[in-house]
Amino acid sequence: MSATKPRTLYDKIFDAHLVETLPDGTALLYIDRHLVHEVTSPQAFEGLRMAKRPVRRLDGTMAVVDHNIATDASRYTGIEDPESRTQVETLEKNVKEFNVPYIPLTDARQGIVHVIGPEQGLSLPGMTIVCGDSHTSTHGAMGALAFGIGTSEVEHVLATQTLLQKRAKNMRVTVDGVLPVGCTAKDIVLAIIGKIGTAGGNGHVIEFAGSAIRALDMAGRFSVCNMSIEGGARAGMIAPDETTFEYARGRPFAPQGEAFDRAVEWWKTLPSDEGAVFDKEVFLDAAEIVPMVSWGTSPEDVLPITAAVPDPESGGDEARRAQLRRMVEYMGLTPGQKLTDLKVDVVFIGSCTNSRIEDMRAAAQIARGRHVAEGVRAMVVPGSGLVKQQAEREGLDAIFRDAGFEWREAGCSMCLGMNPDKLTPGQRCASTSNRNFEGRQGPGGRTHLCSPAMAAAAAVTGFLTDVREIV
Amino acid sequence: MDAFTTLTGIAAPLPMANVDTDKIIPARFLKTIARTGLGKSLFANLRYNEDGSENPDFVLNQQPYRRAEVLIAHENFGCGSSREHAPWALLDFGIRCVIAPDFADIFHNNSFKNGILPVRLPREVCDQLMEDAKLGANARITIDLERQVVVRPNGEEIPFEIDPLRRHLLLNGLDDIGQTMQQAPAIDSFEARQRAAQPWLYR
Repeated sequence: MSATKPRTLYDKIFDAHLVETLPDGTALLYIDRHLVHEVTSPQAFEGLRMAKRPVRRLDGTMAVVDHNIATDASRYTGIEDPESRTQVETLEKNVKEFNVPYIPLTDARQGIVHVIGPEQGLSLPGMTIVCGDSHTSTHGAMGALAFGIGTSEVEHVLATQTLLQKRAKNMRVTVDGVLPVGCTAKDIVLAIIGKIGTAGGNGHVIEFAGSAIRALDMAGRFSVCNMSIEGGARAGMIAPDETTFEYARGRPFAPQGEAFDRAVEWWKTLPSDEGAVFDKEVFLDAAEIVPMVSWGTSPEDVLPITAAVPDPESGGDEARRAQLRRMVEYMGLTPGQKLTDLKVDVVFIGSCTNSRIEDMRAAAQIARGRHVAEGVRAMVVPGSGLVKQQAEREGLDAIFRDAGFEWREAGCSMCLGMNPDKLTPGQRCASTSNRNFEGRQGPGGRTHLCSPAMAAAAAVTGFLTDVREIV
Repeated sequence: MDAFTTLTGIAAPLPMANVDTDKIIPARFLKTIARTGLGKSLFANLRYNEDGSENPDFVLNQQPYRRAEVLIAHENFGCGSSREHAPWALLDFGIRCVIAPDFADIFHNNSFKNGILPVRLPREVCDQLMEDAKLGANARITIDLERQVVVRPNGEEIPFEIDPLRRHLLLNGLDDIGQTMQQAPAIDSFEARQRAAQPWLYR
């Protein structure tokens, strides 16, 4: 690499963290921040214990519980499910034994790992950030290289603060133009995944660019980068700019005062150079985006809310048709049926995709003065204790409660069916989460991914709804 | 980790694209603190009915595929979450090799760390192997990592590509942490440089 060759944001962060290149070209990459949660870490700590290895950088590591915990008051009196309890207690034992910094359940800062990382200033521009969770791509919105790893790699990072990595390819998704009223960052990213497919980003790191991305606030940028993995890319990133710097300023773990100004100087050098080459380029016109909803069981199976359920017999080769038939059956749909005719049983507003204060406000705006439809269970789960406090200061909790929504404690909740919040077989859910796989929200559950405003609209009408018709 | 050299065994056909990790091992089974014991929950939502009985239509509930050591699937195998429980569940069931046109990145990575060989072959070749696999117990296929070939039941050899470092680690059953620990001086000096340039990264 010559000093003059234009580089991408990804290349620059990768190069700045290169410890060594092994003879076969594999890079030993330094990791600045390692976030740890209870599900993917027990076997990693056990590995350290067996090999008598310490954690190399305690100040680069932070642990929190989020996946297993209940999101009602019962969590403060002990976890009912014995396996969930064991997993949480195991993390608590491990952080104590290895002296790893930890945000306990009772701390107001507790929340979903991908919400609290940026919120605490643990995730900052230019950093390499990993976590044993595929939605670590979220932190890339800070202008960082952030990606999910498996448990063996969690152990590798705990022991060495590095990872063995092959350089990924560069992909740029440019979204230009002005987003229409009623559309959000979530609609942008669902439209992108619909376009590139769930394998479209395999082997690549995606940089999201263009005027519509620049115009997003940090919450919107987190939603977009969060779902990079649903497009196949381990990491998604957005060049840091004034929006990023203002967000980072004053956060507890961010540099302060003069150190912050010096950091900003470096951060300003990170955006991709003019003329940097991307292996793959995709373009979207923001003005053409409409509120999106998923209809099938893969995040690429999304449609505008104005569309109808596709006919499986119209699509592709026999394998694809079989897949479509399976989806239509699993989701309990009829080909040709309008999406707005689908009645929902549950509405879930939360998850690492959409549980920040801006998401709460967007949902509250729809909920205000309306009421959850008869027979619908609607829950709002803030992403962290601090988001919850902020929402309560703004009176959003009262708006939700008055409208018949449940206002809950922070956690992963109904995104993934491993804590008490789950769907029962056959239930249809409008969800602001990120995955609509079969059984993701509970065995037999039927997930329709959408934005917080769309989810709130579904809650008050009882059907998947075009939010533009009620704002 | 067990070394992977040559494997000859029964291959189970799973003609599905985008087999996600929630399908391989649903989240409710991720509450374990061990690496073993997940084989019985592999593909749980497809393999068992709601009442817990076996779904006879699912390939791994049929003979001879209950003893499958190889899985053949369509595009984008292992997409979704980073859970290493997915390769752990495959391994615990007895599967040491997955053949597909392509794999999701994290699953691909996690497989190597656990002695599972993911083999990328073009879709039409996978379809051929899928047909072979449907012949059952008389159609064992061989995966020879040393020579980098898949051998069909009719003796035809199909070469495959693999990253040389990963091949080396797998052939020798090596864990890469010990390997990286030998680079400690390089890591020390990286940290010293970074600490001087960006002291705020260290507390």
